[in-house]
Amino acid sequence: MTASLYSPDDLVALWISLKLATVTVVLLLLLCTPLAWWLAMTRSRLRVVGEAMAALPLVLPPTVLGFYLLLFLGPHGWGGRLMHQLGMQPLAFSFGGLVLGSMLYSMPFVIQPLQSAFQSVGARALEVAATLRASPLDRFFTVALPLARRGFITGSVLAFAHTLGEFGVVLMLGGNIPGRTQTASIVIFNHVEAFDFTAAQRLSATLLGACFALLLIVYAANRRVAETAAVA
Amino acid sequence: MSLALDIAWPRADFQLNVDCEFPDSGITALFGRSGSGKTTLLRCVAGLERALRASVRFNGDVWQNDRRFLPPHQRPLGYVFQESSLFPHLDARGNLEYGLRRVPAARRRIGFDQAVQFMGLESLLAHRANELSGGQRQRVAIARALLTSPQLLLMDEPLSNLDLASRSEILPHLERLHDELSIPIVYVSHEISDVMRIADHIALLEAGSVRAFGSIHDLLTRPDLPLAHLEEAGSIFEGVIAQHDAQYHLSYVGITAGRLAISLRAAPVGQRVRVRIDARDVSLALKPPEQSSITNILPGRVMDVSDDRDPAQRLVRIDVGGRPLLARITLRSVAQLRIAAGMALYAQVKSVALMD
Repeated sequence: MTASLYSPDDLVALWISLKLATVTVVLLLLLCTPLAWWLAMTRSRLRVVGEAMAALPLVLPPTVLGFYLLLFLGPHGWGGRLMHQLGMQPLAFSFGGLVLGSMLYSMPFVIQPLQSAFQSVGARALEVAATLRASPLDRFFTVALPLARRGFITGSVLAFAHTLGEFGVVLMLGGNIPGRTQTASIVIFNHVEAFDFTAAQRLSATLLGACFALLLIVYAANRRVAETAAVA
Repeated sequence: MSLALDIAWPRADFQLNVDCEFPDSGITALFGRSGSGKTTLLRCVAGLERALRASVRFNGDVWQNDRRFLPPHQRPLGYVFQESSLFPHLDARGNLEYGLRRVPAARRRIGFDQAVQFMGLESLLAHRANELSGGQRQRVAIARALLTSPQLLLMDEPLSNLDLASRSEILPHLERLHDELSIPIVYVSHEISDVMRIADHIALLEAGSVRAFGSIHDLLTRPDLPLAHLEEAGSIFEGVIAQHDAQYHLSYVGITAGRLAISLRAAPVGQRVRVRIDARDVSLALKPPEQSSITNILPGRVMDVSDDRDPAQRLVRIDVGGRPLLARITLRSVAQLRIAAGMALYAQVKSVALMD
């Protein structure tokens, strides 16, 4: 059935989109958890700078983000030169470049829910844990993380769905290389360019359905967590 | 062996300025109106606040001084917060085990079953915080603190958010805590009736400073302190249930100065009890009254006579078997009986409350 619905290029592009979104979300969770914790806990004046930077990708046109990343990672950018000197493959026009771009692009969708979740854990729960002999790291893993799980669910799914749908950054940074950097959203664009509206329709409906299903999961899970974690 | 504090810390609305040594046994009440620095002081002891210049020592161990600050999780103390502080993601058992698991087995002096039984939690273990009443939550929180086998228990108004029924559900547990586990307790309160019921010592806080510190008997009755001038001012006596009288429905409590009759109690003979005598329920006579309806009559000697809030009344402090008894009588009676320091007289006590 799939063979009749999707062309091989469509399938590869869907797979790349899926892989990109998964890798991006996993890396973002690892990177953003300490950042969001710092933003939630610090009293430093640097916090507003951090918050503004973390929110920047929300307002920046994706093409602008992609363009700067291209300059930075290209053979003449200092990021690209550094990687060349280290003997690494250049990131521009590669899957790795897409991951980097997606991470920057989707970062606010992970940082902001995590930050507000950590803030809502509150100082009191952590103080209680401290008086029960839990070290700071212990408190983080046994109190802050479980109490902030709503933020983790929301952040993961938003970033996943957001990465699935990204277009501008991918186009600027990854080009449009089938089998390597060509994601589903770009294939849709190509189909439309070629007036193959039926193929574009199929792929678009697939993404629409996937994103809706994901959001459904988030809201259902959030409701369940809210019910079990409610403080009376 | 004690909790020695020397803290100077300017805060936004007051200056915490405490130089005090608390005993390492019994319940010490930190008493004062809200904003007097009680909670801040308790948090400094716990290490939840880091006072600017402070020395905190407990039984010879330095918890804080100019060079050293022991973080709260390394201090062998338990802390019970004012409001419900149970972890919402764990059930009651999970909450209890949280602290227990973090104490090395060799240092545990209180076992899980012991704490559960002590606070009466057997039927609550599988419940989450939001399924428990306020009083039940606070009982779990107290047991959770006990399970860290603390050498010092800090309680920050643990009853203040509870209704009367929940308070009386917890207070007996606190008294037993004191009697059976012999953990020194510092208990923050602005409720004098709670303090009278459980405290052995009082540290009276005013505007960030300890205005007075001493035994509960002394501080409740000292005319130079506000406690003796409260509407509910009174004195405390420790005694033993001496005898029951079924015919007249009375129980007798033996105290140093004599015997007090109270309404018949189920308590066994020999049990140690604490009674409270309100200052307004004491009248004075120069001779042992005869043919009076008042049964409780204690001989004593006047320590001092002081002004009270109401200019028509005087506070008379009487030494009764070595303990101060507070009487609130009219200025007119003081003049007519010529009551003065050093005078021997008889205190007639209209009502005695057993604190249980």
